[in-house]
Amino acid sequence: MAENGMDHGSEKKYGQFHRRVFESNAALFAVAATVAILIGGIVEIIPMFTPAGTEHSEAITPYTPLEVAGRDIYVSEGCYLCHSQWVRPMRAEILRYGPWSRAWEYQYDRPFQLGSRRIGPDLHRVGNKYPDAWHYEHMRDPRSTTPGSVMPPYPWLLDDRIDPEDVRASVIALRKTGTPYTDEDVAGVEESLAEQGAAIVARLATAGIETTPDRSIVALIAYLQRLGVEGRAELEAQGVEY
Amino acid sequence: MSAATAAPGRIVVDYDDDIVRKFFLATVIWGVVGMLVGVIIALQLAWWPANLGLPWTTFGRLRPLHTNAVIFAFAGNICFTGIYHSMQRLLKTRMWSDTLSKIHFWGWQLIIVSAAITYPLGITQSREYAELIWPIDVAVTLIWVVFAINFFGTLAIRKVKHIYVAIWFYMSFVITIAVLHIVNNLAMPATFLRSYPIYSGMTDALVQWWYGHNAVGFFLTTPFLGLMYYYLPKAADRPIYSYRLSIIHFWGLIFLYIWAGPHHLLYSGLPDWAQTLGMVFSIMLLAPSWGGMLNGLLTLKGAWHKLRTDPILKFMVVGVTFYGMSTFEGPMMSIRSVNGLAHFTNWVVGHVHSGALGWNGMLTFAVLYWLLPRLWNREVAYPKMVTQHFWLATIGIVIYTVAMWAAGLMEGLQWRAVNDAGQLANPIFIDIVHRLEPFYWLRLLGGTLYFLGAVMMLINVFKTIRGPERVAAAAPATAPAS
Repeated sequence: MAENGMDHGSEKKYGQFHRRVFESNAALFAVAATVAILIGGIVEIIPMFTPAGTEHSEAITPYTPLEVAGRDIYVSEGCYLCHSQWVRPMRAEILRYGPWSRAWEYQYDRPFQLGSRRIGPDLHRVGNKYPDAWHYEHMRDPRSTTPGSVMPPYPWLLDDRIDPEDVRASVIALRKTGTPYTDEDVAGVEESLAEQGAAIVARLATAGIETTPDRSIVALIAYLQRLGVEGRAELEAQGVEY
Repeated sequence: MSAATAAPGRIVVDYDDDIVRKFFLATVIWGVVGMLVGVIIALQLAWWPANLGLPWTTFGRLRPLHTNAVIFAFAGNICFTGIYHSMQRLLKTRMWSDTLSKIHFWGWQLIIVSAAITYPLGITQSREYAELIWPIDVAVTLIWVVFAINFFGTLAIRKVKHIYVAIWFYMSFVITIAVLHIVNNLAMPATFLRSYPIYSGMTDALVQWWYGHNAVGFFLTTPFLGLMYYYLPKAADRPIYSYRLSIIHFWGLIFLYIWAGPHHLLYSGLPDWAQTLGMVFSIMLLAPSWGGMLNGLLTLKGAWHKLRTDPILKFMVVGVTFYGMSTFEGPMMSIRSVNGLAHFTNWVVGHVHSGALGWNGMLTFAVLYWLLPRLWNREVAYPKMVTQHFWLATIGIVIYTVAMWAAGLMEGLQWRAVNDAGQLANPIFIDIVHRLEPFYWLRLLGGTLYFLGAVMMLINVFKTIRGPERVAAAAPATAPAS
């Protein structure tokens, strides 16, 4: 066996160049490798921060505090592992889910939740598709609304409560990343939570469901019910055919 | 014992094999744990009551535990095992710092334990393969810096001038994972347990898949190619087939890989130019990938007969072959129209596992079985069990991938099927879910066989370690007093 397992017999000139210049100089090798692995990322990622990459729309508003709390639950439970939020521009997908997903619809999504697998259906246009009570029952027992569903039940969301101070911390952090919340938004987190929560509780009450505005399920419903709604309205206002 | 016992002209180096043994055992144990969680979540898909009705055991919380355990714990620890073992020998020097080696080892295991605690509690970023929350991300960064200092420190004190190809691949691993991890995890903390990425929407998606795809490239590919370049020639007792090919495919691979991330976002809101770049570079990636596969397989030229008797070579050949198959399948799935069918389906899961079980797993087993008698200076306790493990694993992978191909094609086609009236042929989503059930049971069978093979290895390893030490035949047992 040749030294280091190398077959010297197959060496040609540039092999010798590589051997002389790179293979005996660890620092030079490391620098060259670093340059090689940086180029692709720079070319693809940097333009995303320019007009060539970003699409922004005034039609999409930042998540309300209750929706932020609901989204945190969505993230925490790993919903994205079974449900995508990404309708692709294909006939069958548009028929099944609605208008295909535009980049600007995600502008306030941190982290993005496009997902990579559809064990269950896509959720990007699930907002307003079902009544609040449907979601409540579905999370309590998925088979009560979707016979034969393979989704696990999430009854703890019906009992768990959200902490307004925790939500405020999220809103403040999101504001620091660039989400356009105002001072009033930050100061009014508690009030906003109570107001939007009460509206959902009232709608649930009409279906005979009793709960309180600070339950996790209420926040999750608030989040799910806004998914894709503003985007669809904007596309319809623009008269985009789909 | 004096240095005079060494033959003239030979360097005597006191290698640190204790750290190698530590990483070795961590690989074996975490491998079994990670695969067990895989079996559990496979059962959950076939039979939902296996979610157990508890918050901590739902599929959504356990899947990241499975992926992180097999990638960062099982695959990560074998990379460190192989690197600490082979780089000392290739550079003819002990690691630069034993202390840093130990910090690296214990720090890494602590990170894995913290992942295993946080995920079931629902404490996660939910960014695929980067789910760890920000304080653990900081810990990963620190431990990686410790590893990098030790790695380059060892290169600096090397006793041989020439740097062998395995080390090139290790180097790209050390550098690229640092870049990917840091850039991808830049975030604004809200609380100790929660943060929000500095990127939003499609930019976050692009950065994340630049990371995610290159975690495959630089965590599951380049260090494993490094292992292949060291352990395959050792096991086959043949030199590497082509030195020139190793140069071309190394630079080709690391340059092209980094561009391929956007193939995870085809037909999304990502700008078309970025999607196309991702697709084109993914297809080009076939060339350097197969360069590595061919260099590995052709190294066996003249040694193929050894395959009949040597289970280690069997593992290696199947591993490298699966590398070739999944790096052919990957570029095909990156073609926009093929991706349109494959994306979101079980086909992707099958593809990932042909790489993970076939390439990473099989090569890992080969390296572990090759190291086992050498690291502990003991005969393998159950040599026949090694061959049995090989067949169990191979049959398991085949059942797994075939089941997932079939399931993926079926659901992809049924989702998109439109009847003559222009309506969905399968408008009820759950109907398609139910048709997948037989395939999920089949996948569970394949995965269980693979898992049982790993359990056999665990038994074999611990029985071997507890066995009697080999009696050294060549070296004099007692040197004359000098």
